[in-house]
Amino acid sequence: MLAGLRVHPVFKLVVQRIALGLLLLVAVSAIIFLGVEALPGDTAQAILGQSATPQALANLRAEMGLDQPPLARYVDWLGGIMTGDLGTSLSNKTDIAKAIGQRLGNTLFLAFWAAIISVPLAVLLGLVAARYNGRWPDKIISGVTLSTISLPEFVVGYLVLYFLAVKWQLFPSVAMVFPGMGMMERLNAVILPVIVLVLVVLAHMMRMTRAAILNVMQSAYIETAELKGLSPMQVIWRHAFPNAIAPVVNVVMLNLAYLVVGVVVVEVVFVYPGMGQYLVDHVTKRDLPVVQAVGLIFAAVYIGLNIMADVISILANPRLRHPK
Amino acid sequence: MSRSLLEISNLRIDATAYPPGEPPKTIVLVDGVSLTLEKGKVLGLIGESGAGKSTIGLASMAYGRGGARLTGGTITLNGREIRLADARALRSLRGREVTYVAQSAAAAFNPAIKLIDQVIETSLSHGIMDRAEAEARAVMLFGKLGLPNPETFGTRYPHQVSGGQLQRAMTAMALCPKPDLVVFDEPTTALDVTTQIDVLAAIKDAIRDTGVAALYITHDLAVVAQVADDILVLRHGKKVEYGPTEQIITAPGEAYTQALVSVRSIDHKEKAPAEAVLSVKAVTARYKGTNFDVLKAITIDLPAGQTLAVVGESGSGKSTLARAITGLLPPSKGEITFAGRKLSPQLSGRSRDDLREIQMIYQMADTAMNPRQTVGTIIGRPLEFYFGLRGEAKRKRIQELLDQIEMGSGYIDRYPAELSGGQKQRVCIARALAAKPKLIICDEVTSALDPLVADGILKLLLNLQAVEHVAYLFITHDLATVRAISDRIAVMYRGEVVRYGQKSDVLAPPFDDYTDLLLSSVPEMQLGWLEQVLKHRKMESAGN
Repeated sequence: MLAGLRVHPVFKLVVQRIALGLLLLVAVSAIIFLGVEALPGDTAQAILGQSATPQALANLRAEMGLDQPPLARYVDWLGGIMTGDLGTSLSNKTDIAKAIGQRLGNTLFLAFWAAIISVPLAVLLGLVAARYNGRWPDKIISGVTLSTISLPEFVVGYLVLYFLAVKWQLFPSVAMVFPGMGMMERLNAVILPVIVLVLVVLAHMMRMTRAAILNVMQSAYIETAELKGLSPMQVIWRHAFPNAIAPVVNVVMLNLAYLVVGVVVVEVVFVYPGMGQYLVDHVTKRDLPVVQAVGLIFAAVYIGLNIMADVISILANPRLRHPK
Repeated sequence: MSRSLLEISNLRIDATAYPPGEPPKTIVLVDGVSLTLEKGKVLGLIGESGAGKSTIGLASMAYGRGGARLTGGTITLNGREIRLADARALRSLRGREVTYVAQSAAAAFNPAIKLIDQVIETSLSHGIMDRAEAEARAVMLFGKLGLPNPETFGTRYPHQVSGGQLQRAMTAMALCPKPDLVVFDEPTTALDVTTQIDVLAAIKDAIRDTGVAALYITHDLAVVAQVADDILVLRHGKKVEYGPTEQIITAPGEAYTQALVSVRSIDHKEKAPAEAVLSVKAVTARYKGTNFDVLKAITIDLPAGQTLAVVGESGSGKSTLARAITGLLPPSKGEITFAGRKLSPQLSGRSRDDLREIQMIYQMADTAMNPRQTVGTIIGRPLEFYFGLRGEAKRKRIQELLDQIEMGSGYIDRYPAELSGGQKQRVCIARALAAKPKLIICDEVTSALDPLVADGILKLLLNLQAVEHVAYLFITHDLATVRAISDRIAVMYRGEVVRYGQKSDVLAPPFDDYTDLLLSSVPEMQLGWLEQVLKHRKMESAGN
C-alpha cells in the first residue's frame, strides 16, 4: 500500500502520529511522577515508617538519591525506564521489571483471547444488526448486548462462575496460571474470565459498528449498490463497511485498551495473576515505585492502541492513501 | 400487443409525510402516468423539481427512494410485470436489464473502491461475463466515452478524477453489463456547461453505438431536445404533455410546455457606463497554506445601480472574488474601493457602514437561513442590528419588505421549512435589502431553482434594482442568466478575467477562445444543435 520508499504523504502523517504519541507518553510520565511526588511523605518515610528519626530518614534519602532535586530524580527514573530498569519494589525488594514482565504476559494473554473472540463477533453482530435494522434480529442483538454491558462485571463474573463452574462444572472456577503450563491447559484455565470480558466489551463495539454502518447506509453510493441488484449483505459488506472502518477501529481500540488496563475486577473475581491484581496489591502497600511503573505501562498501552487506531484510520482513508 | 421494452401504465406512487405536530399523511408523488419505451429509443422526462421525474425513473427499476411506495398501475419491463415482484426477482433485473446513472456521480461512487471494480461489479455479480471480459468491456467503454488513458483509468479512486470524468465513468458503469435500459437521472446537471456538452455527446454516442434504450431525466428542455426521441412533460406528478421531441419543441400544445420552451425571455437593455460604486484594482489572493493564487490581478468596476455578471466554470475564482470583496479573504495585493472609500482588506478593519452597504445572497437559501427563526425574525435582524428598529416600526418595515418581494405580510410568522425554494430565496433577498445596501453580491442565486422560478427571481431583482438603485455583483455559471440580468460582464477562467466589458461588447464577436467555447456550449432549444456545435468544433480544430 505504501508505495516504495518514496516519501508518501501518508507516511508523514503516520510518523507524525507516532511522534505525537511518544510526546504524550513523556508528558504522562511527568504527570505520574509529579502525582506521586505530591503525596505526603516519600519512599524513605514509607520504608522506615512514622517513628523514624530525622537522621535515619536523611541517611536513607541520601542513599536512595531522594535528596536530589525532583528534576534530577525524574530524569534518573525516566532513564532507568528507557533501559528496562523499573526500579525495586519497596514491599518485597524484588526487581519490578521482572515481576511485571510475568504479570503483563498473563494480562496480555487474557486480553488477546478476549479480543480475538470479541472483535470479530462484535463486528459481525453489528453488521447483522444493521442489515435487519429495526427488525427482530437487531432488537435481540441490541437487547442482549446491552444487558451484558449494563450488569457490573463482577455480577457477570459471578453469574458465569455460578453456572459454568459450580452448577454445570464445565470449567475451572479459579483461573490459576503458572510458568511452564501448557497452552491448552492455560486456555482452559482462562476460559471463564475470557467469556466475562467478551460479554463486557461486546456491546460497545457492536453498537458502534451498527451505528457507523447505518450512517454510511444513508450515502448515495449505497443506493447505487442497491440499484446494481446486490444483496443486502453484499451491500453492507462490500460498500458500507469499508467506509465505516475509522469509527469502528477507534472504539475497538478503546475496548482493547480496557481489556489490558481495566480488568482489575475480573482478575480479582477469578484470582488471575495479572497486572490489575498486582497494581491493587501494591497500592494497598503504598509501594510507590510499583504504582509508578504500572501506571506508566498502562498509559503506554492506552496511547499505543490509540495511535494504532489513528494509523489504521489514516490507512483506511483512500483520499489519504491515494492522493490526487 | 406490441412488445415494448418498458411499458408503464397508470402508475401511482405514494409516500408518507410527517408534518410536525400533525398525524402522518399520505402524499401522492406520481399519479396516473403512462409511458411506452421501445428498444433502442430515448424518452426524455422533463419537469421542475417535485414533478416526479426521478421517482418515475426509479420506478422503472421498481425502486422507491426514501420510502416512496409504488401503489398502483403496472410497470412492465421486457414483458414482465415488476411493480409487485419480490426482492429476489428485482435483484436479478436491477443491474442486468436496467441500470441507473445518478445526478451526482461524485456521491454515487463508493469512495473506498477503485473505479474499475465498481464499473464491472454488476457484470460479475450477475454472472454476465468473467472478470477479463468485463474489464475489457469497461476499457472499451472508457475509450468510447472519451476518458483519458482508458487502459489505466479504472485503477484510480473516485476522488482522483474530475466530476465530468466521474459522470462518464458512471455511464460506463451503467452500460458495462449490457442492459436493455439505462435510466439517466440528470446526468449533466451538476457539470459546467463546457463539460456538459462533452458528456452529453459521449452519452449520445454510447446510446447509439450500444443500441440501449434510455430514460433521460432532466429539467433542461434544451438538453433533452438533443438526445430524446420522445418527451414526456411532467408537473406535480402528473402528465402535462407527451409527444415526439420535435412537436414538443416546435409546437407545444400545453401552456406549461410553452412556458418551458420560452423561458428566459427576459429582455434587459444594458445601461450606459456610469461612475463606479465598486472598483477592484489588481486584486490578487490565495488561500492560507497554499502557494497558488486563486485570483490573479483582478481589475473590475461596477457602476452604481447596475449589474456586473461574473461568469465562469467552477474553480475559476468567481466566489473567491466575492470573498475578497466582502473581506472574508484578505487579498495579498491590490485594493478595493467602495462608494468612494478604500475598504480595509480585513473584515475586522471595516466599519459598520462598510458591512451594511455590502450584502450577500447565496445559492442555497435553505442553509442561509436559521430554520428555527420565522421569516419576520430573519428579515428583522438586520433592521435591529443596523438601524435599531424595534416593535411596531420594525414590523412595519418587515411588511414593506415582504411586499417588495411580492410575498405579502401573511408570511411574517412562517418558518423557512414552510416555504418553497423560490420563496426562500425571496426572503434572503428581503434580508439583504433590509440593510439598505449599495451593493448586493448574488452568488449563484438562481442555480438551485427551477427555470420558471429562477425567471421570477431575476425579474424581481431587476425591479428592485430600478426602485432601490442597488448594484449587483452577479456570480453565475449560467450564460442565459447573464444575458437576462447584466449590464456588464467579466468572464473568469482559472483566476483571471479573460474578457470584460459592456454586455453588448462581451457577447459580440470576435471572441477569445475561452469565451467562444463557453458561449457555444450553452444548449439551445433546437434539434440537432449538439451535432452542429461538435461538427463546427471539429472543423475548427482541423483547420488549425
